[in-house]
Amino acid sequence: MTEAILTMTGIGKEFPGVKALSEVDFRLLPGEVHALMGENGAGKSTLIKVLTGVYDIDQGSIVLDGRPVEFSGPLQAQHAGISTVYQEINLCPNLSVAENIFIGREPRLLGHIRWSTVERRASELLRRLQLDIDVSAMLGTYSIAVQQMVAIARAIDISAKVLILDEPTSSLDAGEVGQLFRVMRQLKDEGIAILFVTHFLDQVYEIADRITVLRNGRRVGEYRTAELTLIDLIGKMIGKELEVLERLEDRPKRAQEGDVPLVDARELGRKGAVAPFSLTIHKGEVVGLAGLLGSGRTEVARLLYGADRADHGQLAVDGRAVTMRGPRSAMAKNIAFCSENRRTEGLIEELTVRENIVLAMQATRGWTRPIPRRRQDELVDRYIKALDIRPANPDAPVRDLSGGNQQKVLLARWLITEPRLLILDEPTRGIDIGAKAEIQRLVAQLSDGGMAVLFVSAELEEVLRLSHKVAVLRDRHLIAELPNDDTLDVDRVMETIASGAKP
Amino acid sequence: MTTFAEVRSRLAGTRQRRYLPLYATLALLALMYGSGVVQYEAFSDPQVVLNVFIDNGFLLVVAVGMTFVILTGGIDLSVGAVVALTTMVSATLLEGQGWPAFAVLPLVLLMGATLGFGMGCIIHYFEIQPFIVTLAGMFLARGLCYTIGTSSITIDEPFWTTMAQSKVRFGDNFISPSVVIALVVVLVAAYVLAFTRLGRNTYAIGGNPRSAHLMGLPVARTRIGVYTISGFCSALGGVLLSFYMLSGNSLHAVGMELDAIAAVVIGGTLLTGGSGFVLGTVLGVLVLGIIQTLITFDGRLSSWWTKIVIGALLFAFILLQRLITPRKQ
Repeated sequence: MTEAILTMTGIGKEFPGVKALSEVDFRLLPGEVHALMGENGAGKSTLIKVLTGVYDIDQGSIVLDGRPVEFSGPLQAQHAGISTVYQEINLCPNLSVAENIFIGREPRLLGHIRWSTVERRASELLRRLQLDIDVSAMLGTYSIAVQQMVAIARAIDISAKVLILDEPTSSLDAGEVGQLFRVMRQLKDEGIAILFVTHFLDQVYEIADRITVLRNGRRVGEYRTAELTLIDLIGKMIGKELEVLERLEDRPKRAQEGDVPLVDARELGRKGAVAPFSLTIHKGEVVGLAGLLGSGRTEVARLLYGADRADHGQLAVDGRAVTMRGPRSAMAKNIAFCSENRRTEGLIEELTVRENIVLAMQATRGWTRPIPRRRQDELVDRYIKALDIRPANPDAPVRDLSGGNQQKVLLARWLITEPRLLILDEPTRGIDIGAKAEIQRLVAQLSDGGMAVLFVSAELEEVLRLSHKVAVLRDRHLIAELPNDDTLDVDRVMETIASGAKP
Repeated sequence: MTTFAEVRSRLAGTRQRRYLPLYATLALLALMYGSGVVQYEAFSDPQVVLNVFIDNGFLLVVAVGMTFVILTGGIDLSVGAVVALTTMVSATLLEGQGWPAFAVLPLVLLMGATLGFGMGCIIHYFEIQPFIVTLAGMFLARGLCYTIGTSSITIDEPFWTTMAQSKVRFGDNFISPSVVIALVVVLVAAYVLAFTRLGRNTYAIGGNPRSAHLMGLPVARTRIGVYTISGFCSALGGVLLSFYMLSGNSLHAVGMELDAIAAVVIGGTLLTGGSGFVLGTVLGVLVLGIIQTLITFDGRLSSWWTKIVIGALLFAFILLQRLITPRKQ
């Protein structure tokens, strides 16, 4: 067996109040793609940050290429041969492609940067990755996928021993993922060890040679991909069998109740966003919005919430016609909206968990009547427990939480306002399967408790599992409304989308 | 009708959009100069443009320093006060204490650079908004001026008077030595920004400071560096102003920080950082100078119209900036 290029032994890392990692062993062989798997908050990011010197190490040791190392920052790690490409592209969009690859280590002559050499070497490097682009153009003018490749080119040019890819595929489409994988295979053949973090299980099976699973800051084990079934992998990640998900499957489909719908949209529409549609949502009902990306799902949600103004049709809440003048009027009607862009449109990353949670409630009360601190603590504690937000520290900045936990904070914010209609736009995107199941279970519970939910998701299975009825969108038209009875399955929804049936 | 968003997406799609504001400023300058030449016969004398340089040499130097700061996405409000402080300290040392010029010059330049260095350290290590830190620096420097003296101090030290009165002639036209110094500063700054690591790191930090850090660039050194450069340029601008005025006065350069920012923005540098050129700043200063000259030539308008026109231009250029910056995803 080949000698490991990187060995981490007994790694421990503690943050105030949380043990992020304990006794974690990890090894990486040259010329392999090694997937690091785990739920949100399992410690994947922490492990990478410890490895690359972003965090100090509390316990344990790292051996790289036979020598013990300890890094004080990413730069040092890079010099030693460990480069990282993050999910968010950490390059400068305002600089040229070539400069992004070489900045900080430009070929110079007496302090004078030789731009022609920079550009020549950059295009050589990118051609090696089979990418033929104008390297003098600004990076920001290229697609995310190309930017990702540029980041990888920079990383491997700096050091060709260990390459860490932290969720590189989150914002890529299928073709771009294919391109990335081709490059990964090529690098692997050149003997580079690749550490690959992702949430997409099928991608792991496509590319990874081995898998290390983390759970709650501990190592569950290291496996050969070929010897670990998908079900086993999920089981190891969430530490319990998939009961939660299965229990949801048996959930009785609620018959529509009540005579006056909670929300009744008639011919509601907005030019350029979505064609006029009619939709009713009853108390305690979960309505799913299905459709392809760009079919108008988010636009429907935004119209119902008043985030965009309708220029056609009427909207009635409790049988009374209302005009939505914006989020404030929706909040006054007890309608809450969880945006799909939790980072840019939802959470305020600098604020703490507590502050983010009480934000909406405070807004509905008006700023002149602050919520007493004791009440805040009570509420925040209750929802941190109820939603199992980790770390369970109300004073942690939201920025430091993992994606799934951020989503839960956003949910908690709206839940404490006790909305009657909760609009969830892609609440489970980019979070792991355990958190996904928890959020789905929560939605089911809420609707059992009488809350109406509008559930928008790209995953049809999820929509079908939760919804009482499914509204299907295509090309910005609501083309069908399907009751979710036993006959409805993913295939039928897809057929509906494909056939474009008019209602 | 094309909407704002459409125009914006079209412009943002162009690969070479970083030069766009520069072209806009150049066109504006040509337009203003052309209209001056058409309206007034004397305007076509090359000396008119050279006078703009002579009257604004100090502003040019200060604005070059400001360009570095704004390129990192920061701002330096202290420059005007540092200029005034420099004139005051120079005048007092030369006239009150009888110091020789060769001792005063390095001292005041060092003082400006030190002030900038200090503010840069506070901004970087305490993670405080540059706006606030340099505002405090502005009050500090302006306050120090008044502790030195409240009245104007005339300078008649020989070196200063020589610099003030000598002319660099070519043909029928001339410029002052200060303009030569200012142009040297411009050339050095342009070189540093385009061809040295310090310059490129400045752009990188303006583009995305977090990325710059993760790419292993020396963010601390660069950020503190640009404020030091701005402080140095302010002090040098102050020296040039004292050549020009032959006096030290606590009331010199009131509001010059705003002129400098205006020149930089009109010159096409993005206030959010990461994009812009020193050449743009030169054009920006020329635009401000030509407006002033035009209004002087006209003779009917009060000089306050300069401010109004500059205000309108600022609006226009900030709108242009919005048009060309790609929308964040």
